[in-house]
Amino acid sequence: MVLSPADKSNVKAAFGKIGGQAEEYGAEALERMFAAYPQTKTYFPHFDLGKGSAQVKGHGKKVAAALVEAANHIDDIAGALSKLSDLHAQKLRVDPVNFKLLGQCFLVVVACHNPALLTPEVHASLDKFLCAVGTVLTAKYR
Amino acid sequence: MVHWTAEEKQLISSLWGRVNVEECGAEALARLLIVYPWTQRFFDNFGNLSSPTAILGNPKVRAHGKKVLTSFGEAIKNLDNLKGTYSKLSELHCDKLHVDPENFRLLGDILVIVLATHFTKDFTPACQATWQKLVGLVAHALARKYH
Repeated sequence: MVLSPADKSNVKAAFGKIGGQAEEYGAEALERMFAAYPQTKTYFPHFDLGKGSAQVKGHGKKVAAALVEAANHIDDIAGALSKLSDLHAQKLRVDPVNFKLLGQCFLVVVACHNPALLTPEVHASLDKFLCAVGTVLTAKYR
Repeated sequence: MVHWTAEEKQLISSLWGRVNVEECGAEALARLLIVYPWTQRFFDNFGNLSSPTAILGNPKVRAHGKKVLTSFGEAIKNLDNLKGTYSKLSELHCDKLHVDPENFRLLGDILVIVLATHFTKDFTPACQATWQKLVGLVAHALARKYH
């Protein structure tokens, strides 16, 4: 799936509005994912997944930073996330289905904190963007 | 046999009591058609679906969205018997409507997002988890009679 110029513009604008809250959004998306899809916790046996966990907050920051990076290099997401793509293929090997789950939770976080931002058009663009990120991160799996 | 905790039932019914079924249903269906445009394949006779604006204003979309979410309301009254509640609808969606059950999952996820935009901070992680469970079970019940 291809991001249209309108999609790219919507995504950049959305992340612009989210701004510095991206880190919190990342952490909350993870928290929601662990609650709604408990099987995702299997990737974090080494984490304290309790409420307010510093590890989850830290990891949420990393996830958000990657999304922001992808949004800032939206014409070449594969290039921007190349190292992360290698990491997921060689080391982390998170099953591809889980990227959709995290994506859903990220959209819910945006919806909860910034409902006005998530018009149907922006919702569509963000969903496509998150899919594209997931595709890049799993592209080198085999 | 599905098990619902008292807390889950509470999270479902308290939220549902505050849902405007017509508005929410219309919005959920419209977003499905906008975010996943291939789902428009089932609605050739709905008229103008050429843009998000057209879809959002389309009276057939609104009406059908209301119908779909009203049916959801029935499920909520019968949380312990989703299979029974959706048995006939499942047959209908398979035999007459020929809808891929994946579409039920897509609509369920969209509904969760619509609820999130309406209820914002009240749509806590626990609330979302409960509703993701519900929409998943409804999708499963609707797919159950497929053959």
